Amino acid sequence: MSTPPAGIARLLPVGPTGAALDLRSLADHERHFGPLPAIEGPRIGHPGSMVHEIERAGLRGRGGGWFPTARKIHAVLESAAGRRAWSAGRKPVVLANAMEGEPASSKDAILLRHSPHLVLDGIQVLAATLGAPSAFIAVHRGSSVIDIVTRALAERRDPIVIELITPPARYVASEESALAHWTGDGIATPVFLDRPFQRGVNGRPTAVQNVETLAHLGLIARYGGEWFASEGATSAPGTSLVSVGGAVSSPGVIEVATGTPVAEIIDRCNGFSGDVAGFLTGGYGGAWVATDALLAAEWSPESVSAAGGVIGAGILWALDARECPVQELARIARWMAGESAGQCGPCRFGLPSIADDLDLLATPAAQAADLHRINARLPLVQQRGGCKHPDGTARFVTTGLHVFQDEVAHHLHGHCSASIGAGSLPIEHPRRTPVPLPGRDFR
Amino acid sequence: MNQVHELRLDPTVCDAHGFCVEMLPEILTLDEWGYPLLASGTLAVAVPLQLLPSAKKAVAACPVAALRLVKVER
Ligand SMILES: Cc1cc2nc3c(=O)[nH]c(=O)nc-3n(C[C@H](O)[C@H](O)[C@H](O)COP(=O)(O)O)c2cc1C
Ligand code: SF4
Ligand code: SF4
Repeated sequence: MSTPPAGIARLLPVGPTGAALDLRSLADHERHFGPLPAIEGPRIGHPGSMVHEIERAGLRGRGGGWFPTARKIHAVLESAAGRRAWSAGRKPVVLANAMEGEPASSKDAILLRHSPHLVLDGIQVLAATLGAPSAFIAVHRGSSVIDIVTRALAERRDPIVIELITPPARYVASEESALAHWTGDGIATPVFLDRPFQRGVNGRPTAVQNVETLAHLGLIARYGGEWFASEGATSAPGTSLVSVGGAVSSPGVIEVATGTPVAEIIDRCNGFSGDVAGFLTGGYGGAWVATDALLAAEWSPESVSAAGGVIGAGILWALDARECPVQELARIARWMAGESAGQCGPCRFGLPSIADDLDLLATPAAQAADLHRINARLPLVQQRGGCKHPDGTARFVTTGLHVFQDEVAHHLHGHCSASIGAGSLPIEHPRRTPVPLPGRDFR
Repeated sequence: MNQVHELRLDPTVCDAHGFCVEMLPEILTLDEWGYPLLASGTLAVAVPLQLLPSAKKAVAACPVAALRLVKVER
């Protein structure tokens, strides 16, 4: 075992100048982290020792849900063990999620740009732990990260071959069942009845894991679970990559120990660059939080949600107070409506109808009836979809209307207090709503 | 433990034909977009014993097999 790194710059180690090291070449990567040790595979009824280390680490997934990784591994192993011995579907699959569907997130791209081999190590670790003969890494089509991953893969001599796949760049294509669907059948729509750990890629038990989670696995395999848990909050140990954007002086991706006060994260971004109207946490499937409440919280799933937010995939966006927040709600809700897979009625038709009324509410001609219609429809799109896309969108809108209720009231009285145009929150390719035929452009 | 019959909807399959709602108006209504809204507000609803025959008819009436009746332990 090589010497474990001290401090919190684990995934993005920094050089003497304070800038993150470029570890894109395998030689540099191995010089820095040491070689990846051999991983024990599962035997009938006995998961390998790596599972024990992951349990000790207390690692939780960084793709949004913060689900305990060891629990997912056990679920995949059990599902595989439940298959008939001669069945081809018995062998698990590892699917690395580098899709980074949230437009305000850039942590996965930054991680891959600096340390692609740490992620690929993590895939090897997970595949060996599960006894998986094949593994995939999914990067969305058109992403600048494709070249980096291609080059990194070409340098390696891995026991388990990792295949790079490029599903379409759609928000719901990165949801785990959609990703497994695309990998097996070439259609990136969410699947309702089968969860990937039960029946994923081609019906096999599939472990879908975010690339940041996998990079942590690459470190746990080298330095152990106890080392991993030596930093961070007890409820969700380790470090976490945060994409900080909006009205901060130095936006970007930083690595922090979980449990770090959110106010300290903002300080590390050199503070606010102006007045802030409120915070978006967790992205467009996340939640808005009042600035004071968020600044008093700590960076852990529990503390951020106690403040009314969602830690999600690690997004913090400070909305510039000069913008109209209601216009931003309307614009993003419309984009999210266009990102539906169009399979489920409440998502396909409900989200655009909420976006229509938000468009009305976003102008100084807004009527109280517009707001009432939104509030009546929001519950109708929740818990009724094949995936959590409409639930996330509804939460984004519900919390936004709450945090920005004063501005909503201004609109209902014929005023808008914005002094600059809205449009700071990033979006790509706005689409027509309701989305055309289910599944058409999901290939 | 009690056995309860649960009616489950697969929203990715449902095509808003609405036949199910006619068979089981007690716990299924149509939303404004023409899709069945279960009394629970979610994708699964407990079926009272006396409605079991109607629930079976609703399942059979669906042209795309979006509904299923399952026994669950409660
Ligand atoms: C609509 C939707 C979009 C998602 N997008 C992403 C994504 O872009 N990247 C990601 O890692 N997880 C995404 N997830 C979460 C994945 O479904 C899955 O939980 C995650 O990749 C599991 O990895 P983890 O356990 O390492 O967090 C999304 C989920 C939903 C419902
Ligand atoms: S809820 Fe929306 S995004 Fe999710 S499967 Fe249904 S239509 Fe697709
Ligand atoms: S009959 Fe089937 S397709 Fe029609 S609304 Fe009911 S569940 Fe949906």
